[in-house]
Amino acid sequence: MTSVAIRALRKSYGTIPVIRDVSIDIEDGEFVVLVGPSGCGKSTLLRMIAGLETVSDGEICMGSRVINDVAAKDRDIAMVFQSYALYPHMTVAENMAFSLRLKGIARAERDRRIAKVGELLGLGALLKRYPRQLSGGQRQRVAMGRAIVRDPQVFLFDEPLSNLDAKLRVEMRSEIKALQHRLKITTIYVTHDQIEAMTMADRIVVMRDGRVEQCDTPLDLYDRPANMFVAAFIGSPAMNFLHGMVEKRNSGCSFMSCDGIELPLPPGAGQLEGRPVVYGIRPEHFGLGGAGSLQARIRLVEPTGSETMVFLRLGETEVVGLFRERIAAREGETIPIRPDPSRIHLFDPDSGRRLI
Amino acid sequence: MSKTARQSAVPLSSHGFIGLAADRVRGRGHLRWLVHAVVLLFVLFWFVPILALLLSSLRPQAETAASGWWMALPRPAFTATNYMLAFDQLRVAGSLGTSLAIAIPTTVLVILLSVIGAYALVRMNFAGRTAISLLLVALLVTPPQITLVPLLRLYNLVGLSGTIPGIWLYQVGFTLPFGVFLLRGFIASIPQELFESARLDGASELRIFRSIVLPLSRPIMASLGIMAFLWSWNDLLIPLLFMGGSSLPPPITVNLAGLVAQTTQGQGPLMAATFLSVLVPLVLVLSLQRHFVRGILGGAVKG
Amino acid sequence: MDITGLVPLLIVLGAIGIPFLVYLALGLGEAVLSLCPPGPQRAMRPWLWLLLPLGLVALILIYPVIVTVATSFQDARAESWIGAANYRWAFSGAMLDVIGNNILWLVIFPVVTLVLALIAAVLFDKVSYEPLAMTIVILPTAISFTAGAVIWTQMYSFQPAGSPQLGTFNAVLQVFGLGPVPWLIQPVVNTLALIFVAVWLQIGIAVLILSSAIKNVGTEMIEAARLDGAGEWRIFFSMILPNILPSVLVVLTTMIIAALKVFDIVYVMTNGNFGTDVIANRLYYELFAANNLGHASAIAVILLISALPVALINIIQFRTEVRP
Ligand SMILES: Nc1ncnc2c1ncn2[C@@H]1O[C@H](COP(=O)(O)OP(=O)(O)OP(=O)(O)O)[C@@H](O)[C@H]1O
Ligand SMILES: [Mg+2]
Repeated sequence: MTSVAIRALRKSYGTIPVIRDVSIDIEDGEFVVLVGPSGCGKSTLLRMIAGLETVSDGEICMGSRVINDVAAKDRDIAMVFQSYALYPHMTVAENMAFSLRLKGIARAERDRRIAKVGELLGLGALLKRYPRQLSGGQRQRVAMGRAIVRDPQVFLFDEPLSNLDAKLRVEMRSEIKALQHRLKITTIYVTHDQIEAMTMADRIVVMRDGRVEQCDTPLDLYDRPANMFVAAFIGSPAMNFLHGMVEKRNSGCSFMSCDGIELPLPPGAGQLEGRPVVYGIRPEHFGLGGAGSLQARIRLVEPTGSETMVFLRLGETEVVGLFRERIAAREGETIPIRPDPSRIHLFDPDSGRRLI
Repeated sequence: MSKTARQSAVPLSSHGFIGLAADRVRGRGHLRWLVHAVVLLFVLFWFVPILALLLSSLRPQAETAASGWWMALPRPAFTATNYMLAFDQLRVAGSLGTSLAIAIPTTVLVILLSVIGAYALVRMNFAGRTAISLLLVALLVTPPQITLVPLLRLYNLVGLSGTIPGIWLYQVGFTLPFGVFLLRGFIASIPQELFESARLDGASELRIFRSIVLPLSRPIMASLGIMAFLWSWNDLLIPLLFMGGSSLPPPITVNLAGLVAQTTQGQGPLMAATFLSVLVPLVLVLSLQRHFVRGILGGAVKG
Repeated sequence: MDITGLVPLLIVLGAIGIPFLVYLALGLGEAVLSLCPPGPQRAMRPWLWLLLPLGLVALILIYPVIVTVATSFQDARAESWIGAANYRWAFSGAMLDVIGNNILWLVIFPVVTLVLALIAAVLFDKVSYEPLAMTIVILPTAISFTAGAVIWTQMYSFQPAGSPQLGTFNAVLQVFGLGPVPWLIQPVVNTLALIFVAVWLQIGIAVLILSSAIKNVGTEMIEAARLDGAGEWRIFFSMILPNILPSVLVVLTTMIIAALKVFDIVYVMTNGNFGTDVIANRLYYELFAANNLGHASAIAVILLISALPVALINIIQFRTEVRP
């Protein structure tokens, strides 16, 4: 129930920089997801917000207060760890009561709150059990309960679902989202799972090497990635990239790849005429057949039932297509594909930045 | 379950258990019997002296003077007189009391200070912690004799000699390197997230110590406790030197050592006193064998 | 003084009162720390927590070591410096016999303990009643050296030939028609007899360590060797022994230190008479009977220096263990 602002934050271990100049503004009640490749500093950033790591430079604010020098125990932030970190010698109820006891909340009030959260998370019958007597999913719930019962200013989650099986993960995902909607507590959530990020986040922060690459709503991130890194990182299977030039053609501008394949461009690409660019198209934005389609040689077909993933060769370049249609053609044959010109992304080949 | 079975089996005499359950020895027959024979020999050699002590302590004076303890087996004639004499004339009750007054506080203090030290050493980051760890490892093998000359003088100077707190002080300080050494591995194995989680829950450093470290370290604290108690209870040198001039009854080891020299009371009461002195540690080791074994294995500097 | 009332009082004071005070002091220190800014707080906290444990270790171990080393170069009353005279004394005359005995202890005690413990650990592993055998072998580790000495005084008891033997060993000899042995009187035999008491008392530790090491040797490897036709001897010497060498080293160093420090057994059983004296007992004598602080300190330093190689081994082991 507070906003969180991170300003020009830095962190190094010895001389090794881990967080370099991160600034994010998180609104009150917002659900922000941090994603990025392993080792990019997501956990470190989260732990700095929690107060578990010192700040080398910059500011962390809650509301209007700078909390750099506030001890972790006084920040009123709850964190759910990947390993859950339940106190093994305390029952579920005691685990949840611990922080309340430290706050000096009276017994009756404690019991009331624990009962309420227990009910909310379906833990009612487990309150007297010890963590070792619980399943992975139940432990995860207890960890959540322990965070919720405190009614903290901010929730932090560090890959909380990665130890669960796929089905449970999907279930918990929507549950956490629903809970957060209900409680309206500012939340920062680290995950490796794109679907998790896309479905849960109000905004996604994509990090690389201790920097923020882009911070936007999930759909904006998908539709308008700020650079090639984000474009490649968000979306699965990943976006196809082709190197080439924007060239003038009879009817307007087209993209001419290095190996001589001509691909359509969105309107407004004319301003880039004569420039080398990287042409980005997501696998799901290829159409089958139609006017101006190109012949692509099939290398592999992977049907999943609802969709068909096809590995293709377009000139010299390998591309992946994802089609709603069933594909009858087999390896070695060719199929006609056509990029949807309105879903094309153009990037600068040197900086990787988005041009259109 | 197997633990209780093990314990109850011990007070039985040294025969009657051969051929229990399935035999683990394979191979040729005579080799198999050789193995059993050697194991049996070990068991006999290590158990008979204790049996001898018990029987001698129970035999009447006249019997003891005339025949060896083993004659109690064919001709059992037992009496509690030796124990009465031990209590009446050898000040055994007082000695046991003094030993308890030394060993119990020493044990508690060793445990407490070792957990404090190990927690700080393992869980806090600071320059010099490796150096301190190495220093403690080096001190593990310090012979107590090296400390005697200065400490006797110091104790006399500050009036600690002849007092029980003086013995606590010595034994605790001397046992601490071992205690910290034993606990550090265990405390290091507690996941870091647990401490961090507690901190986020609003716990202070002291609170984390009390509510997380202490309860979680209970098993290893039990191991350290039993070892510290045994050392303190069984120590002769330190009380012999530092309890001199005290009006209290001497600790049981000092008392026994004195009794061996004078033979006026006869063998029986001495044996009774000795048996009483080993009773407490024996019961402790038998009932807490698991912890004791962990203490011994954990305390060895392993490669 | 009424001891019956004093004992509970002392126990309450030492086991409840002082721990409570320690906790209180920590709390007080933390309270003071919490007034500091986070940086210095983090820097000072370890020292607050280590203050008491390290202070005690410094008082009981480190300070005395330094003073003793200094005193070992001083005269009997620790008043004037006399160079290395104490050390010259320690390596001359009657002291040579004492040192000889210690060397006997240092060699025989660890080796006998190790060999017997190896046999016990290997053979116990092969029988179904291993837990019971193990329990019995570790029983004596609970017993004080003093009590052990009393127990074994009886085992070794000696009467002149002809009279009935009350000591267990001499009685057994008598059954076989052999003359009695004055176990505690005849030189060298008596030191060996004393050493065996220590073996009896301490072997449990060695058996536990070795047994746990043997159980950690992969059974698959041993079974493979057995299938290859290796005999039990072969398996022991080429499979088990190389794999438990670190534990063997641990046992050896532990026992060497025990041998260095040995005092109680000699003090109680012979008080160093009949040529059984050892350094630690001699130190006690110099300290109390002869009142020679210089001599006592020199002896103590010799003990310390003898323990140094073991300390060094431990440190090296520790470093490799902590930093894999
Ligand atoms: N205590 C430390 N000392 C030195 N370097 C560290 C420390 N903790 C983390 N790092 C380094 O900081 C970088 C960021 O680590 P961090 O744990 O934040 O990554 P992450 O994004 O959470 O990765 P993952 O997705 O794998 O959890 C890594 O390169 C890591 O090696
Ligand atoms: Mg991480």
